[in-house]
This record gives sequence, C-alpha cells and structure tokens, in this order.
Amino acid sequence: MSDVKKEPSKSSAVQTTGHAWDGDIQEFNNPLPRWWLWAFYATVVFAVVYWFFYPAWPVGDNYTKGGLNSITYKVGGKEVTTHWNTRALLMKELQEGDEAQKSRQYMQSIMDADYDQILSDPKMIQFTRAVGKTLFNDNCAACHGSGGAGVVGLFPNLVDDDWLWGGSVDEIHQTLVQGRNGFMPPFKQTFNQQQLNEVVEYVLSLSGHQVNADSAAAGMKIFKGETGGCYYCHTTEATGMKEVGAANLTDGIWTVANVNAQSTPEAKRKVIRDVVNNGVSRQMPAWDDRLTPAEIKTLTVYVHELGGGG
Amino acid sequence: MSKSSEELILFEERVPIYPRSVKGRYRNVKWAVLILAYGVYFVLPWIRWQRESSVHQAIMFDIHDRIFYLFGMIVNPQDIFWLAAILMIAAFLLFFVTGIAGRAFCGYFCFQTLWTDVYMFVERIVQGERPARIRLDKQPWTREKIIKKALTHFLWLVVSFVTGLTFTLYWGDAYVLMGQFFTGQAPFPAYATTLFLTVTTYVMAGLAREQVCTYMCPYARFQSIMFDTNTLIVAYDESRGEGSQGRAKLGKDLKTREERQIQGVGDCIDCGFCVQVCPTGIDIRNGLQMSCISCALCIDACDTIMDKLEWPRGLIRYASENEMEGRKTHFFTLKNIAYALVLLAAIGGLVWSVINQSQLSMSVTQVRNPLYVMLSDGRIQNSYDIKLNNKSEKTITLNLTIEGLPGATLDLGKIESLQLEPLSSINLYVRVKHDHDSLTYGQLPFHFVLQSKIDDEIIIEEKEALFTMKEDSGL
Repeated sequence: MSDVKKEPSKSSAVQTTGHAWDGDIQEFNNPLPRWWLWAFYATVVFAVVYWFFYPAWPVGDNYTKGGLNSITYKVGGKEVTTHWNTRALLMKELQEGDEAQKSRQYMQSIMDADYDQILSDPKMIQFTRAVGKTLFNDNCAACHGSGGAGVVGLFPNLVDDDWLWGGSVDEIHQTLVQGRNGFMPPFKQTFNQQQLNEVVEYVLSLSGHQVNADSAAAGMKIFKGETGGCYYCHTTEATGMKEVGAANLTDGIWTVANVNAQSTPEAKRKVIRDVVNNGVSRQMPAWDDRLTPAEIKTLTVYVHELGGGG
Repeated sequence: MSKSSEELILFEERVPIYPRSVKGRYRNVKWAVLILAYGVYFVLPWIRWQRESSVHQAIMFDIHDRIFYLFGMIVNPQDIFWLAAILMIAAFLLFFVTGIAGRAFCGYFCFQTLWTDVYMFVERIVQGERPARIRLDKQPWTREKIIKKALTHFLWLVVSFVTGLTFTLYWGDAYVLMGQFFTGQAPFPAYATTLFLTVTTYVMAGLAREQVCTYMCPYARFQSIMFDTNTLIVAYDESRGEGSQGRAKLGKDLKTREERQIQGVGDCIDCGFCVQVCPTGIDIRNGLQMSCISCALCIDACDTIMDKLEWPRGLIRYASENEMEGRKTHFFTLKNIAYALVLLAAIGGLVWSVINQSQLSMSVTQVRNPLYVMLSDGRIQNSYDIKLNNKSEKTITLNLTIEGLPGATLDLGKIESLQLEPLSSINLYVRVKHDHDSLTYGQLPFHFVLQSKIDDEIIIEEKEALFTMKEDSGL
C-alpha cells in the first residue's frame, strides 16, 4: 500500500571483525560514524594549514611564528610589526579601535576646553568623572582612599570643602603638577608646659569650643606674638594661608589633629597638643612627570567635583 | 518477526516521506496563515515610518544604540520587563490554545511547519506529485534527475537566503543594509546572521523536516501533557470507520454504505489518502500519536474522498476524546478558565504599562564612599550619582530639585542648564548640603524631583533618596 513501512536498514545490523580468538571470542565491528571520521580528517588538515599562518611549534628556545599574519602597532610612538599574537592584537585595539578613537577624540575636546567650560557642561563632567575615577584609583587612592575621604592627620580629605592649598581648579591643578610639602615646625623646644596648654586652649576656642577664657587669652598672645609666631602662617585671624598650606583653625574641620573624633574635652586638647609639640611634615609628590597634561586636567576636574571645590 | 529487528537498534535511518498535496478547508486556512505570515515577515522591514530621530524604519531593533523602534513606539532597555510580559503572554496563549485545540500552534503557525510547507510546494512544482517524486528518487542519476534535484535545492537555498537576509534587515536600516550587503560593506554580524539562518532554514525545512518536530522540538513534547479528554485532536472515528469487521476497500458488494453496513464493514475504504498527505508520515487511524502536528491535512484528504463517495464528512475530524466516546466536550474547564484569566491579566498589564510609559526616567544611587562628610561651616554633605534618561524624541530641558529636606541645598556645581538630546541619557554627580544643628541624627528620607516639558506636557519624576548624617554628636 504505502512505502512508509519501517524496515530495519541494513547498516544497523552489527557485524563482527570476522576473526575469532580462542575459538569463540569475536569482536563487534563498530566503525566510527562516517561524518565523525571526516570531521576528524578536516581538523587534521586545518591544523597543518594553521602552522603556516600562526605561531605553532616550539623550536629550541624559539618558536615558529607563522608566515602570513603580522600586526603593526605603536610602542612609544614607534611602529612595530610582530607576528600574530593576541597581546599585540589587544595593543592595536587599544590604540586604534573604535572605542579608543572615540575616547581620544573626547580627550582632545577636554584638552581644548577651559575649566569653566568643562565644569558647566554635564557631558564633559560625565566623561571626566568616568576617566578620572580610573586615574584616581590608580594614582591617588593609595593615600586619599578610593572615595577621596583621606585619613585625618595623614592624607587630606578631598570630599569636603576645606582646602589647605586652595580648592579652585587652578590651585588643584597646581597641587597636582608640582606636588606639595606641608610643614609646621615642632614647638616642643619653644613652649613650656603652661605656654603649650594656653596655645591649645586658644586654638580650641577658635572653632567655638568651651574653654578656659583666661588661658585662651594668654594663648592668643603667644599665637599672635613673637613667642609662638603662629600667625606667620595661620594669620592673625587664624584662617590659614593656602600659599603655604596652613590650616584654617576657625572652621569645623580639623585636617591634622583629629579633634572631631574625640569625645572628651581632655582628649581634644591632647590631640592638638601633640600636633603643636611635634609639628607636621607631609608630602604630596609631583605628578607632572608621571601623568600626561590631559590626565592631570581630567584628575583636576575629578578632584574638584568630589567635594564641589572650594 | 525477523531476527534482525529484535536486535537493539540505536540509530534509525529516516524513512523518506513523499507527502501528496491535498485541497480542502484546512489546507485553505493553512495557505491563508502562510500568506499572512510571509507577508508580514518579508514586507515589514521595508516599511518606512516618519520619526524625528534619524531612524525612519517602521520596525527596527537597534542593538548598537540599544533602542527598539516599533512603529510609533520606542522601547528602551529600561522596558526590558515588557519582554517578560510578552513571553508570559506567548506561554499562556500556548497553554490556553493547546488545552482547547491541541497542537494548533504546530499545525498552523510554527515556522517549521510554514517553511516546510513552502519547501514542499517548491518540491512539488519542480519534481511533480508524490508518485513522480518516488519514481525520481528510485531512478539512477539521469540528466533529468540531476536537473530537477539541483533546481529544487537551488530554489530551497534561494528561499532560505531570502529568509535569512530578511531577518538581518530587522536589525539595521533595510535599504542601507541591503546596499551594503551586496557590495561587501555590511558589518560582519549581518553576513554571519544571514549565513546562519540560510543554513538552518535549508537544513530544517529542506532536509530535517518532520524530524525537527519528532526529535528536536521541546514544545512538541510538553504540549502533549496539556492535553486532556476535552482537547480537540485530529481524530479518526474508529467506530464509524471500522464497523464491527474492520475497514475494507471498495469492492464487490462493498460499494455503498448500506451494503457495507449489512456486512459490518466500516466507512473507511482504506484508500490511504490520509497517510499519503501526512507531512510526518503517520497513519492517523492508529490513534493520537506523538508525531502528529495537528495540521489537519488528513481531514481534508478524508473529506475529499467522502465527498466523492457522497458519504457524510467527518470520518477524520477535530474531536475530543470525550466526543469520540460519546460524551460531551467541555471547553470551560477550570484549567482553561484559569489560563484565560492569567492571559488576560498579562495582556492587561502589558497594555497598561505601555500606555503609561514615562518619557523621562531617573535613578538615584547614594555615594557610599564616604557616606557623608562634614563641611567647614558644620553642615553635612552627601553625594549622589543620578542617571537621567530622555526617552522622547525631543531635546528637553530638565530641572532637578530636592523636596522634603527643609533648609537643605542641592549643589549642581557650575552646571546652569540641564539639556538632554533625544533618546539620550546622562550621569550626574550632585551634592546635597544640610544644616547639621537642626537635625536629628541618622538618616532622613527626601525626594529628588525632576521636571520637564515634552510637547507642552509637564512631566514630573520623583525618586526617594536618603540623607545620611553622623550617627551621634561625638563622632
């Protein structure tokens, strides 16, 4: 009636190899599927062809490099051509890829713009913040922390609005380019115990803390007089001087003595006393020989945006 | 049984199937579905649509810019959950339909069925009807056979290539991509996609055919478990067809129904037409089978024969198991009603969501490193990463403010005006400063409020955020 009746096909009957061992032991002959076998031969052919195109065989302490594939990319401004390898491929992609070119173009527009332009353009801020974050984490985060919060007494907090060396873009730029040396001499030799306590009392009073008024008045004389000479740097109003990185002592932020973290008045006095006794010596390295001008400009915007500048 | 067939056979060679063509009601429905489906699929990419943005294609899936254009609608990545809703609708529609009408999807709508239909049509035009094809296959490789076979495969490849290319055109501007494609300038994925779909279409619809449904397709399998005794299946009316003495060909004294009924012979004249037309090569008279895709061509075949004999139609027909056993078929079962309700809910949800799609969206993340910082005047400052999306085709001006934190100020730095180009987004880094003395310690909830005007309609988006302060006065 119909020829769709199912009959077992000939090829499905399993044959033996035809040889009998020990009289009655035979072996089924199950050859590899034909498609599998040909696919295997194809991979063998592929491998041989591959040797001629790509790096393949070790020869002594060298290797065959494959004749027909080469990659040209730049190393330090010079063009280099090497045999095919994925590292060179990555280098080339990083230098010439679509994204690399787009990024370079953007970077150029950052270089061409002045700071006011960048800071008033949300798109440029978005770009500088994205690039700046990587730069900051690579170069600055080791001291200032990945969020820029710093460590009180050691590395300044970049997220607040108090800037020892000035918080305008030009000042931040300058700080990055040439680095900074923060220095306050130790007064251990200068003050006796009473003078020290009086100065500390006065310093504490500047930011609105409850103090002994008489001691503070005596301290003020030392601060503003030649005994202490503190006003040379901190000014007579004690508002600091950003040209030398002297701290403003009248605001709520303490950059060296961690007053805000102390809960008792005595502890607050102690941390200030320590700073006056021992002085301060801090250093920020210069970055102009380590970073490109574009990178410094990007970082300047990034740092400025962290706390909104000052 | 012969000895060899008792052996375990792990591989079964495909038995060639030569389906005969048939005319009839269901064949017409299938042609109609096929023409509609092909019309939609092949024509859609070429339809233009006037938009303010640069994309003037009615339907385009722009992967590079992450935007899907669907006529007047623009779908952004944020709307990804629509895809979940569409998948849910598709799933429950399948469950619902399968519960009532069996594998209607397989028989009428599945692209495997549609494309196989077209391939069989090509085969029939080139090589002729079933007997001619069987003869051709048995022939040695003559000139005629080579030409006919080559022409068939060539036409198959043309269909599959056009299929693959058309699919590719949905992902770029069809007119531009078409030009690029044939001048060798199209992007690599366009060639890869076209090649992949050309090959799969050719293999699945040309070579594998019913094996896809029988061995590969998971839907074919799990649809069977949705069947119950009320589900319509393509069924052979066994009591009518077999009578008490079984089926018999038309013969002497077996010409009319009356004669046959006297001898206890059923209405099935064993002509084999229903088997010959079956695209999966089964005999429906053996009952419901896994391979049956419910295409109903055997119904058309049997009806044709019954019409010729002037006997009533319906020896093979859509009927439930209940109907075949003389009971009533119930469509309003708890299961079907539940599927329908879920289906309606999913459709309603999707429609509601699409209608209420905002043209503007905002997300706010508080910067946690550091969580807060004290300012020199004693106030506290928190920072926030804000992402703004303009999903409209207009350049809009945005106004960002805060609400619910009396006395606090929002610091946008030197940014004076916030403008967003059509279909773009921006990341903002903003600072909020709040007076420290007037606060209770801890976290305060407040809102970022984004305001804009699109087509004279004021759009306001609000997002809640937290303002964090010192945990106690000593720290």
